[in-house]
Amino acid sequence: MSVLPLVALVGNPNAGKSALFNALTGARQKLGNYPGVTVERKAGRLALADGRPVELVDLPGTYSLNAASPDEQVTRDVVMGRQAGERRPDALVIVVDASNLDNHLRFALELIALGLPTIVALNMVDLATRDGLELDAAVLARELGVPVVATVAVRKRGLDHLREELAGLLGSIAPEAKALPPERDFDAVRGEARRIARAAIVRETPSRRLTAAVDRVALHPVFGLLLLLGLLFVMFQAVYAWSEAPIAMIEGLAEAAATATRNALPDGMLRSFLVDGVINGVGSVVVFLPQILILFFFILMLEATGYMVRAAFLMDGIMAKVGLSGRAFIPLLSSFACAIPGIMATRTIADPKDRLTTILIAPLMTCSARLPVYAVIIGAFIPARDIAPGVGLQGFVLFCLYVAGIIGAMLVALILRMTVTKGASGGFLMEMPKYQWPRPQDILLGLWQRAVIFLKRAGTIIFTSTVILWVLLSYPKPPESSAVSQVDYSIAGRIAGGLNVILEPIGFNRDISLALIPAMAAREVAVSALATVYSIDAGDDEALLERSLGDRLKDQWPLPTALAFLAWFIFAPQCISTIAVTRRETNGWKWPLFMLGYLFVLAYVAAGVTYWTATAAGL
Amino acid sequence: MRLTELPLRQPAFVDLIDWSVLSPSEGQRLREFGLCEGASVEALHHGGLWGKGPIACKVGRMTIAMRRNHAAAVTVRTGPDAVP
Repeated sequence: MSVLPLVALVGNPNAGKSALFNALTGARQKLGNYPGVTVERKAGRLALADGRPVELVDLPGTYSLNAASPDEQVTRDVVMGRQAGERRPDALVIVVDASNLDNHLRFALELIALGLPTIVALNMVDLATRDGLELDAAVLARELGVPVVATVAVRKRGLDHLREELAGLLGSIAPEAKALPPERDFDAVRGEARRIARAAIVRETPSRRLTAAVDRVALHPVFGLLLLLGLLFVMFQAVYAWSEAPIAMIEGLAEAAATATRNALPDGMLRSFLVDGVINGVGSVVVFLPQILILFFFILMLEATGYMVRAAFLMDGIMAKVGLSGRAFIPLLSSFACAIPGIMATRTIADPKDRLTTILIAPLMTCSARLPVYAVIIGAFIPARDIAPGVGLQGFVLFCLYVAGIIGAMLVALILRMTVTKGASGGFLMEMPKYQWPRPQDILLGLWQRAVIFLKRAGTIIFTSTVILWVLLSYPKPPESSAVSQVDYSIAGRIAGGLNVILEPIGFNRDISLALIPAMAAREVAVSALATVYSIDAGDDEALLERSLGDRLKDQWPLPTALAFLAWFIFAPQCISTIAVTRRETNGWKWPLFMLGYLFVLAYVAAGVTYWTATAAGL
Repeated sequence: MRLTELPLRQPAFVDLIDWSVLSPSEGQRLREFGLCEGASVEALHHGGLWGKGPIACKVGRMTIAMRRNHAAAVTVRTGPDAVP
């Protein structure tokens, strides 16, 4: 197959580039990474007006070719044909925000000077109209010397026109592209951008701006902060409240599968493997898909509406007190979904010490993989009653666990900034985009991509570690006459017995020691590991087998142990993927090992203090 | 007056920027945001409970947020003859 022509979408952040990318490529997207860097490569296939397919790549948003961060370097290197693992684009689609022409045209002029076949997508013209701005695309095209297409990505307007123009552009013989744009004075380019913008603006009437009105509340020092706290609270309540029905459904399916397998196969190794290892192990994790998707739904919404930057603004004052910038709030909030994208998102923080501190505390934000662990323990040990109308005790405990992680992170940041990452605090410079109602399809697409990633993990890492654990738990078999249980006699049981010497003082039992080892592969494996342990422990006891994991935990664990287990997971050393991404982002083993060490100490102390306090309180 | 002292929602123009207060990359970013001598500027919000948080201001058609120490490096002028 011949290589498809490559078209790159490029533009300022907040120009609506990703929405345009989604609208053009639909769900047929391929996510990958540029070699050597952790910058995500997003590509998709687009059919031109004449039916020819081209590959469309969405480059990270940047303000100029003068790159400041690793993301921006990728954009610069791709358009200049210097990025490893990427061919030089055959054409550029420059996305500019119609209501911010002065600024966006300056970067557009820089890009046009590269000499590649280029189209300008004058995006979000509807919002510009809302702001009382009327533009003439023809004037703009004449002044810039390239085709200009007015688009509204979120309403799919102008897309056919864009495909037509692109077909025309790729049909003609490409002019010689320059590796470097001619050196031009920054102020001169800006002056020209302003002149062109003035020429293209037909009418400019001041109008009531929605964004300004909302910001009066959203950025208010008191109400804004209350709104933010309220939003976060609703988010964590929803994780429980909305997920009940779908979880019950998945549980029903897993149980039906287990029963069917049990009935279909004779008792033996294969049946035990399928039921105890595969169905119970993997099933106990897949059950949390609804909760993870609800969490991601909120985070995607906050990002897409433009609220996330407001949250960063509100938090900057507090973050500055612990030596961080408000900008760190965004990667940290993403870390609630998963520390890996969170740590990758720190790339937008320019100051290296700010960035390192943010990376080191990102694992303290409760990632969604810990949610299964919390959910199963809370479900088993915390009574499901309301402490106030509409506020469940279980949701409240979950909220407290998240808050404990945040407070822990702030304290750690403070200490780190006074010791290992000592130095002057970096700044806080951010663009605040206009509020926008996201296209439901974009949110759904984001959720779909997360669900696929989660299920892939369940199918690979979680499946593999569950199977390995099952083998280690099932062999060797104790002699018939032995009074020692299968689990205690097995290889895993013996390893856990050794580990238990360290973990017993903080109230952990053998089963927890067993679950913590595979939990390093992925946090949620702790749950599937416990499920596998109890499944094997139960042997052929039908009555025991039919009880849920939560019920069995309730029977076997004292309350202080359960609470200590929760406390452990607030700080628990991160999964292998997080350590790997930290190594990549910090270029060495020093910081990931440091992170691992300090988290282990914190987790041990937190679990110990919880256990001793709870025991002393007679719980 | 300094941008930090500019009353909220009062249109003004940038008179002078003390680039020495900013690191080269911060200066570059501010210029990319369109903040330069002669740009129109309007303070919109002061963040933080004790007025110590960042400042959100409109520069041209864009809203940006910056810390007070950076905003203090920007001198602005107001009034009818401020228009460059």
